[in-house]
Amino acid sequence: MTLSVEDLTYAYGEKRALDGVSFAAPAGRFTALLGPNGAGKSTLFALLAGLLRPGSGRVAVAGHDMARASRAALAGMGIVFQQPTLDLDLSVRQNLGYFAALRGLAGREARTRIDAALDRLEMRERAGEKVRALNGGHRRRTEIARALLHHPSVLLLDEPTVGLDAASRAAITAHVHDLAREGLAVLWATHLTDEVGAADHLVVLHRGEKLADGGVAEVTRGAPLSDWFLAATGKAS
Amino acid sequence: MRAALIALRAVVAREALRFVHQRERFVAALVRPLVWLLVFAAGFRAALGLSITPPYQTYITYETYIVPGLLGMILLFNGMQSSLSLVYDREMGSMKVLLTAPLPRWWLLLAKLMGSTAISVLQAYVFLAIAAAFGIVLPLWGYVAALPALVLAGLMLGALGLALSSFIRQLENFAGVMNFVIFPMFFLSSALYPLWKMAESSELLHDICAANPFTHAVELIRFALYLDWNGWALLWTSLAMLAFGALALWGYDPARGMRRG
Repeated sequence: MTLSVEDLTYAYGEKRALDGVSFAAPAGRFTALLGPNGAGKSTLFALLAGLLRPGSGRVAVAGHDMARASRAALAGMGIVFQQPTLDLDLSVRQNLGYFAALRGLAGREARTRIDAALDRLEMRERAGEKVRALNGGHRRRTEIARALLHHPSVLLLDEPTVGLDAASRAAITAHVHDLAREGLAVLWATHLTDEVGAADHLVVLHRGEKLADGGVAEVTRGAPLSDWFLAATGKAS
Repeated sequence: MRAALIALRAVVAREALRFVHQRERFVAALVRPLVWLLVFAAGFRAALGLSITPPYQTYITYETYIVPGLLGMILLFNGMQSSLSLVYDREMGSMKVLLTAPLPRWWLLLAKLMGSTAISVLQAYVFLAIAAAFGIVLPLWGYVAALPALVLAGLMLGALGLALSSFIRQLENFAGVMNFVIFPMFFLSSALYPLWKMAESSELLHDICAANPFTHAVELIRFALYLDWNGWALLWTSLAMLAFGALALWGYDPARGMRRG
């Protein structure tokens, strides 16, 4: 298992945000972390990224424990945060160069990897443009390209399509499905059921607890995912 | 080790690039102390009589007296401003990009601190050059000797800003901190008046000024500019830097949780 989460618990003071959540995101598969707003997805992402430390439980990336070997775990992980994290006044290439340097990559090697990552996301011809000049879809692509620079085995994306138009949303969702097919373990948090493909692995989070975990068809027993999701999260509230 | 140095260089370069893109910030950072130097000091010259105290060996004009204080002001505002950008970064998320780099957190924060200090010191020298153009000239070697003092003071004030930024949730709250940190720190110090002058008006205020780390940062710079040694100021400034640095590290500890705006 490339990303594994075991019995993860986190509380903001008295308020429990996550309660005993366990699941795994295997290599070569698109794992959709589906949950309504406030389900605890962002807290889970902060724990996975090491920005918060769990009350109890364990996160491991490619076998590296986040608590004991956080640097090895972080090195195996590419993260696309929900908020935009690019420097608007810097070019696409400068943004990627900065990130590469934070991973110890510089010079020719960094350049080669930046070109490859931009090619992969079809962003190469925009490398010299300032991020401010890009539309939302291209900014997201830049962030995904950036998250792949250091060849991670796990790609985490926290609601990456927020604020995008329908076409960009569909394109980015398809792109990341391709990345999973190429061998990456992808964890994609969303509250939109149409971003989840029929063959995807599904983990459903609701009010800080795991509601379901498995193949889409297996979880919904053949019902349309949107209907099942509404019923499951509506019923529980 | 190599990876850590590459990262350090990139963080400093990013600060520099961001700074280049914000030319208004550069101008504003210089206009503020220049107004003090050329307007305020001119007005007060007559009102304030200064006797000869170390490191000065002759009578000096008031303009000359406040130069180190105004250098401190540049460092203070810059330290706070770069932490303002940290609060903004945190809302924007780019602090998350920094903190999820596979490097020790203290190193990442130190890199950030060194980046902002480099910008501060650069501004301090531009200010000194403009002051010299207006006839306020210091001993030639003083300009060189002041460099380590400016760097240390810049790191100390930057660490204070970093510590503050870790405890502030939103940009709006930051405006309050600016008022409650910058103004008291600046006015309750030896930046604008020597401490013995303050003692004439109030012993209590004098004691507060004497405990203020900013006073020691200013004195450290003042003595360095005149090639004089002030071990006490060096000690206090260093201790304050360590204390603020430790506070910043604690503030950004993931076990405490990265507070979200």
